[in-house]
Amino acid sequence: MKHRTFFWFFLPTALAMLVFIAAPLVSIIMQSVFVPHEAVLIESENCGPFGCTKSTTVDQEATAQLRADQPLGRFVGFDIYKDRGHLATAEVGNAWRSSDSFGDFFSALGNLPFYRSLAFTLTYTFVCTPLLIMLGFAIAVGVNSLNKAVKGFVIFFSLLPMIVTPLVGALVLFWMVDSRGILGNFLSYLANDPTLSLKASTPLMWISLIVYGIWSSAPFAFVVFYAGLQTVPQDTLESAQIDGATRWQQIRYVIIPHLMPLVTFVALIQLMDNFRVFEPIIGFSAEAHATSLSWIIFNDLGGETRQLTAAATTSVLTVIGVAILLSPVLVRTWRDFKGKAH
Amino acid sequence: MFMKKVALAAILATTSTMAYADGHGCSINARVSIVGNEFPAIQTVGAGAQECSGAEVTTNLTADHQKINVAGMSGNPAEYTSAIIANSSIVALMNEDVIRPLDDLVAKHGDGIKPNQLITINGKVMAVAFMANAQHLVYRADLLEKAGLEVPTTYEDMLAAAKVLRDQGLAENPVGGAYKAGWNLAQEFNNMFLGYGGSHFKDGSAEPNVNSEAGIKALEMMKALSEYMNPDFLTHDSNATNAEFRAGNVAVMNMWGSRAATMTDAEGVPQEVVDGFAIAGPMTVGGGSIPASTLWWDGWTVAKNISDEEAEATFIAMKHAIRPEILEDEEVAKQAVWLIDGYEPTEAAVGVFAAAQANTIPYPMLPYMGLMHTALGAELTDFMNGSESAEQALADVEAAYTAAAKEKGFLQ
Repeated sequence: MKHRTFFWFFLPTALAMLVFIAAPLVSIIMQSVFVPHEAVLIESENCGPFGCTKSTTVDQEATAQLRADQPLGRFVGFDIYKDRGHLATAEVGNAWRSSDSFGDFFSALGNLPFYRSLAFTLTYTFVCTPLLIMLGFAIAVGVNSLNKAVKGFVIFFSLLPMIVTPLVGALVLFWMVDSRGILGNFLSYLANDPTLSLKASTPLMWISLIVYGIWSSAPFAFVVFYAGLQTVPQDTLESAQIDGATRWQQIRYVIIPHLMPLVTFVALIQLMDNFRVFEPIIGFSAEAHATSLSWIIFNDLGGETRQLTAAATTSVLTVIGVAILLSPVLVRTWRDFKGKAH
Repeated sequence: MFMKKVALAAILATTSTMAYADGHGCSINARVSIVGNEFPAIQTVGAGAQECSGAEVTTNLTADHQKINVAGMSGNPAEYTSAIIANSSIVALMNEDVIRPLDDLVAKHGDGIKPNQLITINGKVMAVAFMANAQHLVYRADLLEKAGLEVPTTYEDMLAAAKVLRDQGLAENPVGGAYKAGWNLAQEFNNMFLGYGGSHFKDGSAEPNVNSEAGIKALEMMKALSEYMNPDFLTHDSNATNAEFRAGNVAVMNMWGSRAATMTDAEGVPQEVVDGFAIAGPMTVGGGSIPASTLWWDGWTVAKNISDEEAEATFIAMKHAIRPEILEDEEVAKQAVWLIDGYEPTEAAVGVFAAAQANTIPYPMLPYMGLMHTALGAELTDFMNGSESAEQALADVEAAYTAAAKEKGFLQ
């Protein structure tokens, strides 16, 4: 393609990327290095239905002056990145020096909000992604071998988890695993423990969230693989059959190698998606047992006093996390590209 | 003849609109947009403001109001012209300077508002309160009677009662509590902490002070109570706890006055729950005399970043919504402990009145209290889960609060 033609083709995309990707990135990076001005506090007398009390309030006039002088706030560099709510460099250093064993060190890390949520986020990402790929593949192979009459119906049914709004899907499952819900009751019957509660136990809550994650994302993998299955070369498949390959051998040596690029694609998208896990935590009210990076951002912005800088810092760290996660795939794509160029 | 008809029609039209406006006693000429929490009394106020004619009145009443009100009032012009808030949430609006002083509007349109409804901060009226609220005991009189128990007046009594109720098989999990991780859990801690005589900050400063004897005792009492709660308690907010009570699973619990009145109104509540439902004052703890609860007011504000016409229209509509005549409706009268002129306490109000009479401490209206509340909500769960000691949990709260307060410029 001529450079000129390429330029005009690419321009709309480039503009959209500038507005929707580059600008927000610049914005969160800016917000993460500036914090609000030091509060000018004054003593005040507050009166209301319960009488008057001496209290403290923010001096609005002085603050307005500060804000007018420096509209961005105080520049603090990487201070917020290093504070306890984020990378907690000082706390991690202390934990390292004072811990006798790795176990101690990791339990000290688990007490810091960022590392605790990172632990869940990574577990969720790396357990969900392979399992949902396998499940999606199994469904795709199964559906592909169905007879035409029921195929459409089964496809629609398999796509349902993806059609349901994530938050609603999470709530549905939340009520089902409630100690009085159908699944919760069934599990406590199986375990023969009437006090068993999924919502009160951290490991069970993690498992519920992961099960939800697989359930809600498997249809995506299924759709992609199902489309891929339609392109499997019939000649190769037939010759494999003539050579006496079993069904399993056909899948292992013909279908899977053919679908490998799609597996990479699904893994890429799902790694990104799962790293941003958020809705199930809200839907399951799982804050006490599992938090994610996205949940921290939500919590910082949702308190009575919003912490914009803290939220922006966690956002930047999330972006960096996604970049690290995707780097192996990106490197590979880049190598393939270079390979083709030669 | 034609002209006459037109004139007549015009006169008829104007008189009919006038009549319409008179009928509701409220006409405005600029938009009003309200954001607020959603419980019955606030819904009444929202609907009252919408009776006004002449311009559009929209409401957005949601439990997530605190997540959107500052953002919705920061723009110029602001999306919301009024936020219905409480003594905790007004602080965020004050910190960000998005609400306007109401002195001029009170002088012009404020007749009928009682002086103690006016929330003044440093001499300026910043909000108009319309109801008082507090958490207090609600219980099942029938179950307590069956077990031969007195109505608990202290948390120690409540704990003892819970044991008896469970041992006698009257209720598996007799204690209810809005202990959901986050805001609710932090609020229950605040109650208990103040009941033990704690104070959140070192005198006159923003330095945290929760890692103290009172803090540890408060956590231990909460933990002891939670043993008698539904094991899912860390996922139960006020709505879920109420549902447990309505289902007849709970015998004693600390609940908001604003929710107590309508507790048994829902559909499908068993008759014994309706009949046995009773309200009492807040409980004390650890031999203290001040109840382990906090006093609240709910009121409305007017946004700063709007035109004077909109501010005036908002004031008129909101004042209309809390006019004394709304109390003529019995349903409305029992929805809350109204601060409105002419309010006669109903049976449902005994809890909040008892709280006020027992000198319950109002929820602290400090610029940095919101950060403390958030830190408590996020860091106490490890202790309630049993994976951390009380001292460690409180040390974490102080560390999380300090990091946040440094960011917001309250601590150096």
